[in-house]
Amino acid sequence: MFELDATELARIQFALNMSFHILFPAVSIGLAWALLFFRVQYTRGRSEAWEFAYYFWVKVFALTFALGVVSGVTMSFQFGTNWPGFIERAGNITGPLLGYEVLTAFFIEATFLGIMLFGKNRVSNGVHLLAAALVAIGTTMSAFWILSLNSWMQTPQGHEIVDGKFYALDWHAIIFNPSFPYRLAHMLVASLLTTAFLLAGTSASRILRNVHGPGTERVLRTGVLLAAVLAPLQVLLGDLHGLNTLEHQPAKIAAIEGIWETQAGAPLTLFGIPDEDAGRTRFAVEIPRAASLILTHSGDGVLQGLEDFPQHPPVLPVFVSFRVMVGIGVVMLLVGWWCAFYVVRGRALPRAALRALALLTFAGWAAVLAGWYVTEIGRQPWIVYGELAVADVVADHSAGVMRGTLLAYALLYAALLAAYVATLRHLSAKPAASLQMRAPTPSLAGGG
Amino acid sequence: MAEEVLPLVFMAVMGLSLLLYVILDGYDLGIGMLLPFASSAEKDVMIAAIGPFWDANETWLVLGVGVLLIAFPAAHGLVLSSLYLPVTTMLIGLILRGVSFDFRVKAEVRQKRLWNRAFAAGSLIAALAQGWMLGSYVTGLETQPINIAFAALIALTLPALYLVLGAGWLLVKTEGALFDRAVVWGRKAVLPMGLALLAISIATPLVSATIRAKWFSLPNFIGLMPIPLATTVAFVAVVAVLQRVSSARPAYAWLVLAGTILMCVLAAIGLAYSLYPYVVLDRLTVWEAAAATSSLTFVLVGLVIVLPFTLAYTVFVYRVFRGKATALGYGSPE
Repeated sequence: MFELDATELARIQFALNMSFHILFPAVSIGLAWALLFFRVQYTRGRSEAWEFAYYFWVKVFALTFALGVVSGVTMSFQFGTNWPGFIERAGNITGPLLGYEVLTAFFIEATFLGIMLFGKNRVSNGVHLLAAALVAIGTTMSAFWILSLNSWMQTPQGHEIVDGKFYALDWHAIIFNPSFPYRLAHMLVASLLTTAFLLAGTSASRILRNVHGPGTERVLRTGVLLAAVLAPLQVLLGDLHGLNTLEHQPAKIAAIEGIWETQAGAPLTLFGIPDEDAGRTRFAVEIPRAASLILTHSGDGVLQGLEDFPQHPPVLPVFVSFRVMVGIGVVMLLVGWWCAFYVVRGRALPRAALRALALLTFAGWAAVLAGWYVTEIGRQPWIVYGELAVADVVADHSAGVMRGTLLAYALLYAALLAAYVATLRHLSAKPAASLQMRAPTPSLAGGG
Repeated sequence: MAEEVLPLVFMAVMGLSLLLYVILDGYDLGIGMLLPFASSAEKDVMIAAIGPFWDANETWLVLGVGVLLIAFPAAHGLVLSSLYLPVTTMLIGLILRGVSFDFRVKAEVRQKRLWNRAFAAGSLIAALAQGWMLGSYVTGLETQPINIAFAALIALTLPALYLVLGAGWLLVKTEGALFDRAVVWGRKAVLPMGLALLAISIATPLVSATIRAKWFSLPNFIGLMPIPLATTVAFVAVVAVLQRVSSARPAYAWLVLAGTILMCVLAAIGLAYSLYPYVVLDRLTVWEAAAATSSLTFVLVGLVIVLPFTLAYTVFVYRVFRGKATALGYGSPE
C-alpha cells in the first residue's frame, strides 16, 4: 500500500465506494418490483400471506435503500473530490445525465418510500399501490440514467472535443449510445436475479429454521420461478453484450478471453492464469476454436489479440472476474431450474434444495461485482474510452490524505456491510408472529 | 442571451436547493444531535417525527451538488477538491446518520444503543462539517489563518441553528413532556445561535474586502437594512415564544420553526447578494464556471417539467403525515 501513488489510491477509493454502493441498488431495483408484485397480489385477494410478505420485505427494502442512498450521495461528491478533471472536461455530458437521475428518480424514490413505510393508516390502498409503483419506476429510472452515463464512458458518441473539453452535439446519440441497451438490460436482469435469490434464499432459511409465516412459501416460489426464467435470459443478454463489446472495445474482449496474439480459430480458455509479463496464459484449459465460434459465429473467425492494443486493460483481474461471474451464473441457473422443477409441480422443496438456496442468498452480489469489475477494469486506462485517460483527470491530493480517507471509508463500509448482513439474518430468524404482521408499527418498521 | 441568463437561473436553483436542504435536513440533524438528551421512549417519538421526511430532505443536498456539477463543472472540481477533508467528514457523518435510522430498529435490541449513538454522532459530525464548508466557501476557499478561524466559527455556529430548527420541528410534531423538553432545548440553543449570527455578520465583511465593499457603500447600505432588521425581528419573536410556550399553552409554538426558517431565508438572501456574481468568491464568476449552453438548455427542460411535480408531491407527503407523531409512528390524522 505504501508504494501506491495518489492516482492509484484515488482509483482504489473510488472502486471501493462503487463496489459498496452497487450492492444496494442491485437489490433495491429488483426488490422494488417484487414489492409492487406483492402489493398487487394483496390488493387482488386481500390475503394475509401477501400482506405479510409485503411488510416483511418492505423493511429489507428500507434498509437496503438507506444504504444505497448514503453511499450514492458519497459518490455524487466523489466525482468532484477524486476526479475533478473528469467533471471539468466532460461535465457538459456527465452533468446533465447525472442531473436527470436526481430529477426523475431520486426525489420520487425518497418521497414515496415514506408512504410505503408509514402510510398504512394514512392513505388508501390505491395511493399505497401508486407509491409502490412510483418507487419501482424511480429505481429503474435511476438505473436508466446511470447506465446511460456509464455506457457513454464506454462507447462515447454524439459529442465533439474543443480545446480538451467535451461538448454535446446530439443528446439522443449520447443517451442511446451503442453499448447502453445491452448494459441496461444486463444490469436490470442482474438486479432481478439478485433479488430472486435473496427472496428465495431468505425464505428457504426461514423454512429450514421453522420460523416461516404464511407468506414465506409464496415468496419462495416467486423467487425460484423468477430465477429459473431470468437465469437463461441473462446468459443470452450477456452473450449479446459481449458481441457488442467486441465491436466497440475489442481490447476488453481480448483481456476477457486471454487472447494474446491475433489469430484465426482462437481457442476458448476455460481456466488459466494470465501472465502479462510473459504474454501468455499459464495452466490454460482450452477448447479449440470455441472463442472464435462464440464471438464471430465461425470456427475460423479472426480475433484480435492483446498485442494489437498498446493500451489495453490489466489482463488478470478482467480474466478472473469474468470467470467468477460466469461460474456463479451457471450455478444460479442450475439451482434455479432444479428448484423450479419442484415448484412447477406444486411439490415442497427437499431440504437439500432449501440449503442450496440459503447458501446462494447473496450469490447475486458476487456475480454483480465480478461483472462490474470486468466492464470497468476492462475500460482502463481510459475514463472516457479512447478519448480521456484516467491519469489525466485525477485530483492532486497527497497520497497521505488519500490513504487516510481510504482507510476511514474501508472501515466504515466493512462495518456497515457486516451490520446489513447480520440484520437481514436477524430479521429472517425472527418467528413470523413476532413480526407484527397485522399492524406493522412504523417506528418499528424503521425510518426509511 | 441564453449564455447570460442560463447560468443565473442555475445559480438560483442551486441556491434554492441548498437553502431547502439547510432548513429541511437542518431540523433532522438538529433532532439527531438532541437524541442523547431524551429518554428511550422519547427517542422513538423524535425519530418518528422525522422518519417519513428525512430521505427526501437529504435529496436537496444531492440536487444542490448536482446543479453545481451540471451547471458549473469548473467550480465543482475547485470547490470539492478544496473541501476534500470536510466533505469526506460530512459524508461519513451522513452515512452514519442515514443507516442508523434503520439499524436502530431492525438490528438486535442490544445493538439499539449503539445505533442511537451513531445517529447522534453522525448528525453532529455532518453539522460541524457543513458549517466548516459553508465558512470556507463564503470567504472564497482561501486557507489563510483568518479564513480558517472563520470556517471554525461557522462550524460551531451551524449546529446551533440546526438545534433550534430541530427543537422548532419537535414543537410542531410532539406534545406533552417531550414538547416541554423541546422548549428547554430551544431556549438553550437560541442564544448561541443569535450570538453566532451576529458574529458572522460582523466577521464576514472583515474577512472579505469584496463583501465589505458591497455592503458598506451608500446607498446600498440603506437598501440592505431590511435584511438585518427583519432578522432581528424574527429572532426576538422566536425568543419571546420560547419564553412563554409550554405543553399546557402550546399556542403559537409553530412560530419558533417559522421564525428560524425566516432567518435562514434572510441569511440566504444576504449571502446571495454578497457572493453575486461569483460562484467561488473572487475567483470564478457564474459565467466563467458555466457549462456549455447546449448542456444547460437540455437540463433546463427537465428542470422546468420535473421540479414543480417534485415540490407538489413533497407538499403532498407533508400533508399526509401532518399532525403529531407518536412513539408508534403515525396513526390516523386527528
